Amino acid sequence: MLAFLTRRILIGAFVLWLITMLVFAIFFLAPSNVARTLAGRMATPETVALIQHRLGLDLPIWQQYLKFLGNALHGDLGYDYYHSLPVTSIIADAFPKTASLAIGAAVIWLVMGVFNGVVSAVRPRSWADRGLTAFALFFYSMPTFLLGLLALYFLYFRLTVAGLPLFPPGGYVPITQNPAEWARSLILPWFTLALVSAATYTRLTRASMLEVLGEDYVRTARSKGISERRVVYRHGLRAALTPVVTQFGIDLGTLIGGAVVTETVFSIDGLGREAVTAINQQDLPVIIGIVLVASFVVILANILVDLAYAWLDPRVRLD
Amino acid sequence: MSARIPITTDSRREPSGEVLLRARDVVKHFPVGGRSLRGMPRDMVHAVDGVSLDIYRGETVGVVGETGCGKSTLARCLTRLYDLTSGTLEFEGQDISTLSRREMRPFRRHMQMIFQDPYGSLNPRRRVGSIIGEPFAVHGLADGADRKRRVQQLMELVGLNPEHYNRFPAEFSGGQRQRIGVARALALRPKLIVCDEPVSALDVSIQAQIINLLSDLQAEFNLTYLFIAHDLSVVQQVSNRVMVMYLGSVVEVAPADPLYATPRHPYSAALLSAAPVADPDLAESRERVVLMGDPPSPVHPPSGCRFHPRCPKALPDCSEMDPVLEPRLGDGPEHLAACHHPLADDERLPVGGAVEAGIPEEES
Amino acid sequence: MTQADLAVAASEPGPGVAVAVPAIAGRSPWRLAWERLRRDRVAMVSLVVIVLIFASAIAAPLVADLTGHPPDAQFRETGLTPDGLPKEPSAEFWFGTDDLGRDILVRIAYGARISLLVGVVATVLTIVVGVIVGLAAGYYGGIIDTVLARAVDVVLSFPFLLFAISLVSVTGPSLWVAIIVISMFSWASVARIVRGQVLSIREKEYVEAARSLGSSDARIMLFDVLPNVLAPVIVYSTLLIPIVIVTESTLSFLGLGVPPPTPTWGGMLDESTAYYRQAWWFVVFPGAALLITTLAFNLFGDGVRDAFDPRSDRLTAG
Repeated sequence: MLAFLTRRILIGAFVLWLITMLVFAIFFLAPSNVARTLAGRMATPETVALIQHRLGLDLPIWQQYLKFLGNALHGDLGYDYYHSLPVTSIIADAFPKTASLAIGAAVIWLVMGVFNGVVSAVRPRSWADRGLTAFALFFYSMPTFLLGLLALYFLYFRLTVAGLPLFPPGGYVPITQNPAEWARSLILPWFTLALVSAATYTRLTRASMLEVLGEDYVRTARSKGISERRVVYRHGLRAALTPVVTQFGIDLGTLIGGAVVTETVFSIDGLGREAVTAINQQDLPVIIGIVLVASFVVILANILVDLAYAWLDPRVRLD
Repeated sequence: MSARIPITTDSRREPSGEVLLRARDVVKHFPVGGRSLRGMPRDMVHAVDGVSLDIYRGETVGVVGETGCGKSTLARCLTRLYDLTSGTLEFEGQDISTLSRREMRPFRRHMQMIFQDPYGSLNPRRRVGSIIGEPFAVHGLADGADRKRRVQQLMELVGLNPEHYNRFPAEFSGGQRQRIGVARALALRPKLIVCDEPVSALDVSIQAQIINLLSDLQAEFNLTYLFIAHDLSVVQQVSNRVMVMYLGSVVEVAPADPLYATPRHPYSAALLSAAPVADPDLAESRERVVLMGDPPSPVHPPSGCRFHPRCPKALPDCSEMDPVLEPRLGDGPEHLAACHHPLADDERLPVGGAVEAGIPEEES
Repeated sequence: MTQADLAVAASEPGPGVAVAVPAIAGRSPWRLAWERLRRDRVAMVSLVVIVLIFASAIAAPLVADLTGHPPDAQFRETGLTPDGLPKEPSAEFWFGTDDLGRDILVRIAYGARISLLVGVVATVLTIVVGVIVGLAAGYYGGIIDTVLARAVDVVLSFPFLLFAISLVSVTGPSLWVAIIVISMFSWASVARIVRGQVLSIREKEYVEAARSLGSSDARIMLFDVLPNVLAPVIVYSTLLIPIVIVTESTLSFLGLGVPPPTPTWGGMLDESTAYYRQAWWFVVFPGAALLITTLAFNLFGDGVRDAFDPRSDRLTAG
């Protein structure tokens, strides 16, 4: 176990390092307009050069990179180019928003997906099954941003116009400030992000459960007289969950992407939105900071997922 | 008398004097159990542990043993499908022990293999004509219409309808698929064919057909066979000589009839007594030797004679010294056994229920 | 005795007997899968829809001619309300207009071109690279496999959208950038699947048999391994196309896909976000086009998967 953890942590650190190099490389391929934009339209070449120097942009790449690495290891991710705000504070500000969105959505899609999948599998070809499968197929084909737009239109606009202002059009209220408002502002984004994945997990759970429920050992359990509910949940579900866990590990990587889109549609200033803005402005410190944090979370989550995998299926060896 | 499969022709031919394949001290070990920190494998499976064998032109050598005794691995070592861990191989006098794949290519025309699984040994997505014609394509020997003609000739030779040239393996029965495998092996008129349990996966009635086919072909094309099986009655009827293997080494080698009449090694005797018998009355009246214990693991073979933990005749020296494969009890040079206390001509192993195996404890 | 045995016993002539029977072509596993697919009604309907979508993409100029509205033409007089807002669907503009007075119907037809082009080309690129890498890694094993498999793991652990956005912002959005960026991140999943398949096929006896004949590695990979790997690859491709289409539309939505004024469904939806309160048609029609396309490909992909691997518990099979 310890060997496994050490190895994964080392590999994770290596990947993180690779990612920083890649991001640096990408942005140095591009002609940088940062100094010019900051200096303003009327600036002279000298002013531009001065700004460049102050930002450290005139140093050779590898020097900039090493400076960045050194600082990062001390917990200092630099300052953004445009407002000189510490990147760490920008991230600290945006992180809870994205985290609320992502975790809430993940809980919803896991619960919904697995539950629907189980119901489908336990009564194959019934009306419930057909309905759930159609539902899953429909949402599986729906791009996240489209779902968000439709949600905004029907559930915010139409309802509000009809006199039922249930949902706000976006924005974010911190949980510490007002839990009820926090939840209310997040419901539409949560479901937008979750429904598409819920569909995937419904199909996955259904297929996996059907396979497991057809196994001999389940038949044995039934014939021993164990109640159907126990058979399904205790014996069947545990084995069926392994592909779900695997998928979850994969989805963690794409979660950031989904969050970006959802945050854009619902005007939430989370990490995703900040990243897009930063990229459009070529604000390198912010970009690297966010990409680092996102990758770190993904790697950490993947390790946890692997541990969960081993816990679910004792046959899995952690090496 | 054991029941016999109705084999129509006398499949045993007189071997000529020349050695086709000579194997000396062939060893094959597989790493197992992951690697230690330094990259050394944790353990080795001793699949084949020092086997020496001469195969003469025109003969059929049978190889028998339990599952896991290494006979399939040996087959693949002899045809160089595996690299040898150590040992030498000579084909018609030429050393092929360490040749690269490209260097082995010309030899492959003369050494072919027939596989056990009629369902796994044919690519399900290729047509039968393409499968049988593959050897011609690989060695650049025939093309187009010429190749098709030869393939159809082969199909007729093994008893298949040449009009089925374009069919897929799934459309044939198990026995027919083995015929396809035989045709494929025969395509380049090899000198040696290694048959790895060619009939084990077939129904008994089909087994006879395939064995008759193989012996007809041997007569017609002067083939040499290495015939691996676990069914002793089959092996006895097709082989000139039989080799008994246990846990990676040879425990006895002899011409077929003397081996079956007077086995020297207790393991050979036990195998023979366990051969299935079709007649139920005969089966009941037969006395079977029941071997105690499970076959030991090939990763950590027992010391000395590997069979001693299960041997009803074991004595202390059996665990200390590994017996050499040599003639025992006055046998000639063609009957070799690796046993410190071989069975005499009319000696029988203790039969019936719980027989004590292994080295007896000292009374103190 | 199986059916095959009985049939064979009846027709087998025995050695040395020539039979004057016409050559019989076998039914390959491909043919069997195709026949199963044909019987799947849902899949066939989806196929028809897909063909229609392709047709509308090809016939887009025709639609422009028939309505008299080129896709980039802005009809400020007839296409906008007096307040300068999009006009709802009417006899002249069947699907209404967008914020610049352009005909949405025509733009949707042209948008289909982009979606399908990116969908197909990116998928083909992804499959080719993924199969080559997976084949090499699985077949050769050893160092090659270690290196390639690690590369696959690393690519799979990158947050796709962030990197895609970064790359596009550096190079500037364009059609080919979109195609390449999408392929760059998709090949890894294909490689992983192919590698797994190859690893299991490598151990099969018919591969051993090919080696015992003296077949070279290249020959074995081409004739014995690849045909048996192709089936899952084809299934994955048909399911990959809708994913690519959604990804492309997401990039366009964020302003990183094919740049305006080229009509793309994602781009149109991006433009519609400011007007959804006033112009529902601006959201609904491009959205419906996107959804129907994706749904059709997904249903067809399901059908293809069932055709290759039929199991009785699937709902969408007949």
